[in-house]
Amino acid sequence: MNRRDFLVASAVAAATLPTLSFSGKLFAAPASAPRFLMVFLRGGYDCNNLLVPYASDFYYESRPTLAIARPDPHNPNSAIALDGHWGLNPVLHDSLYPLWQRKQLAFVPFAGTDDLSRSHFETQDNIEAGLAGDQHGHYGSGFLARLAGAMPGSAPIAFTDALPLSFQGGRDIPNLSLRGVSKPVFDERQSSILAAMYKGTTLAAPVSDGLQLRQQVSKDLQDEMTKAGRGAQTAQNFAAETRRIATLMRDQYRLGFVDVGGWDTHVNQGGAQGQLSNNLANLGQGLAAFADAMGDQWKDTTVVVVSEFGRTFRENGNRGTDHGHGTVYWVLGGSVHGGRIAGEQVAVAPGSLLQNRDYPVLNNYRDLLGGLLGRTWGLSTAQLQSVFPGARPNGLQLV
Amino acid sequence: MPVPGAVLRCLGLSVCLSAGLPAVAVAAPAAPLSPADSAWLRRDGYDLDAANVARFRAMGRSGLLEAQLADRIRDPLPPGIDAQLRAFPILAQPLQATLLAFKQGQEQLQSMPDGDAKAEAKKSQQQMLNDAADQARQITLLRAVYGSNQLKEQMVGFWLNHFSVFAGKGAVRLMAADYEEQVIRPHALGKFKDLVLATLKSPAMLEFLDNAQNANGKVNENYARELMELHTLGVGSGYTQQDVQQLALILTGAGVRPLDGRVQKFGPRVAPLVVNDGMFQFNPKRHDFSDKVLLGERIQGSGFDEITQAVNLITRQKACAQFISRKLAQYFVADQPPQSLVDRMSVTFQRSDGDIAQVLRTLFESPELLQSAGKKFKDPTQFVVSAVRLAYDGKPIANPRPMLNWLNQLGEPVFGRQTPDGWPLDAVGWASSGQMSKRFEIARSIGSGYNKLFTPEGSDKAQGGFPMITTPLYYEAIGPHLSAATTAALNQATSPQEWNTFLLSSPDFNNR
Repeated sequence: MNRRDFLVASAVAAATLPTLSFSGKLFAAPASAPRFLMVFLRGGYDCNNLLVPYASDFYYESRPTLAIARPDPHNPNSAIALDGHWGLNPVLHDSLYPLWQRKQLAFVPFAGTDDLSRSHFETQDNIEAGLAGDQHGHYGSGFLARLAGAMPGSAPIAFTDALPLSFQGGRDIPNLSLRGVSKPVFDERQSSILAAMYKGTTLAAPVSDGLQLRQQVSKDLQDEMTKAGRGAQTAQNFAAETRRIATLMRDQYRLGFVDVGGWDTHVNQGGAQGQLSNNLANLGQGLAAFADAMGDQWKDTTVVVVSEFGRTFRENGNRGTDHGHGTVYWVLGGSVHGGRIAGEQVAVAPGSLLQNRDYPVLNNYRDLLGGLLGRTWGLSTAQLQSVFPGARPNGLQLV
Repeated sequence: MPVPGAVLRCLGLSVCLSAGLPAVAVAAPAAPLSPADSAWLRRDGYDLDAANVARFRAMGRSGLLEAQLADRIRDPLPPGIDAQLRAFPILAQPLQATLLAFKQGQEQLQSMPDGDAKAEAKKSQQQMLNDAADQARQITLLRAVYGSNQLKEQMVGFWLNHFSVFAGKGAVRLMAADYEEQVIRPHALGKFKDLVLATLKSPAMLEFLDNAQNANGKVNENYARELMELHTLGVGSGYTQQDVQQLALILTGAGVRPLDGRVQKFGPRVAPLVVNDGMFQFNPKRHDFSDKVLLGERIQGSGFDEITQAVNLITRQKACAQFISRKLAQYFVADQPPQSLVDRMSVTFQRSDGDIAQVLRTLFESPELLQSAGKKFKDPTQFVVSAVRLAYDGKPIANPRPMLNWLNQLGEPVFGRQTPDGWPLDAVGWASSGQMSKRFEIARSIGSGYNKLFTPEGSDKAQGGFPMITTPLYYEAIGPHLSAATTAALNQATSPQEWNTFLLSSPDFNNR
């Protein structure tokens, strides 16, 4: 639905349903306006089996059962060489490797935070709060909420069940999970009556937004809903969810957040096949589907995939890996200067591990995200400092 | 839309529209509760049910409050609920036996060769953990809905959140029911320092915050820090990193007894210093006996007595009285409670040596409680529990699992807070647009009877119908006090199911 259709639809709705109105943020996004989607992999995914340091003997010594084989054209389970040092997990061959070849995908290894707790919760919270190390533990607002505040018209939305910390502390930022989409439980008459009860109360905006969003989304996803027979469909895979997300981000929303779980692979992680690779395949298909479904707007879109930390470089006694530190971030987009491994690097060898355990962090996520967002959204220094106080923005020339 | 009478099913617990007129006529309408009484009573319990309104009418405000604070209200649970509680294996078996069985299962698992049998055994161990957590969640919710002392039930919920443990960590799942029944519940209205000590010695907390691993030479500060930051004093109240380290030393050796009951060898010098209490053990061999300085006071290295001294010292601080009073006022009164009220509660706290009942008396007799009436947004637990109470009004449900699912969907699963800080007490955490529309959908599930509360686990035949809320309770205590906007909405309902849905979704019901 474009803005005009929406206005017409709203006018019709307004004529019959005087009380249900959106709190005013549902604009059609201008065609060339930047879009940003943050994908948070909760649980700390094992970056070493995504971006395989295949030139390192140490990698193969450290992972007797988990390592992904060196690039070998005769072995479909071997890494895909991206350059002389790094290879890609082969499960991404059909989904993300084409984006790499089109130079729309880059990886930033040795990325992460200065939080050394190796605790899922603390590190996730600190990433989402987006503050400097000496401010850790202050969770009053998230960096995406501050970005939304600095950029009126950014049309933020979280595609999650609850509002993630990243988006907390802002003004009436909506959230709606698109994992399972069903016909709205309430029809327009009921929605109007429900919203009318809250008119003039402090919850008027979230109530009306929440109800309106459910109606709106089901309209936008009409085709899919019709196909789904009974009108409900649960995303069997991430691609189904990201196509829905793209539907909303093409036309209305520009600043999105989604999270994906299942990465805490302490036991039986698997190699080129198995638990982790299945997850990566699902994620890769989802991101490729998103790029495809964004259509003409893909060129204005940046997607960043982050996780709270990496994992131990060596496999553990349970054919898995434990909590680590530095990880690999992914940056994708129609105008991303990709097809390369970006950022500070260090040779993958025993001596370069942090505490003889995991990757060090050489590319701080606040500097990286600050640089990417600053450039794509045209933020002033002051605006950037309100989003990431004290950061030294460095987008690594990715945008 | 006309209401199809044939579709209406009556639960028999309350008035049914199709056949209910005589019942309405029988219950001579009592004079409505005053707005102030209704507001007070809505906060005294998980909102209203007929039984608590009847108690209030019989005993009066102060009579009911005193009886609740003295824990004298002990009406038996409805037989159907009592039977469900008795059927939970986790309550029938002592905690030690539960933990031992699990430990032996784990050991057996380790010794098995890889293969199908091992995978099967692993699955059954996992099943045991999940079952235990599920039982603990169901127990907690059944008691919250049906417990007769509703103020106490709320305090059990409040303290479970204040001294939060996460079922997903290690074996905490196996200990959660014990934590609720044996650790929190008996101390919910007693002295705060006794409650702190009970949680300190509980296997669930020892495991969740790692003090079981805290030993001389291998100090783990996790619990020591949270004990001051989250449980007693509050962050920024003046204690230092040095205090955290000293408290961690004081807490060395506080852990869990060996599960297998094997005889431990203690020399004649340390044997008298061993403290065993249930599953708790203070092991002097793991304790740091140096002298410590905590919050400026010297605590001589002596063993377990250091821990009691430390708890006394910490809970005597003004910061502790303020911190706990403030959180209580936040739970019952307002997201930003009036400082005047917090100060008076805090004075009571200090004067009474941290007597929780006395602090609650100050709170429930305060003018501030009523001045803020109707403006405190219910968190998901309060919403779900109070909605089931109002809708089914004492009628025993057959299956609490839908309540668990609703709390999962609303983002407040029981024993599901991963971090030790507990769920937020203010509206911000619970009132996003997605959460509001989800809440209305759950209101509809309850109001329309599209749920499995009356369908026993394992049965695939949906039972029960939609509830009837237009009972004497409604006319006495709810209807007369509704806002014009909510009344207008109710008047537009085209079926009783829809009427229920609107009422349970209304700002009047979702705030108290």
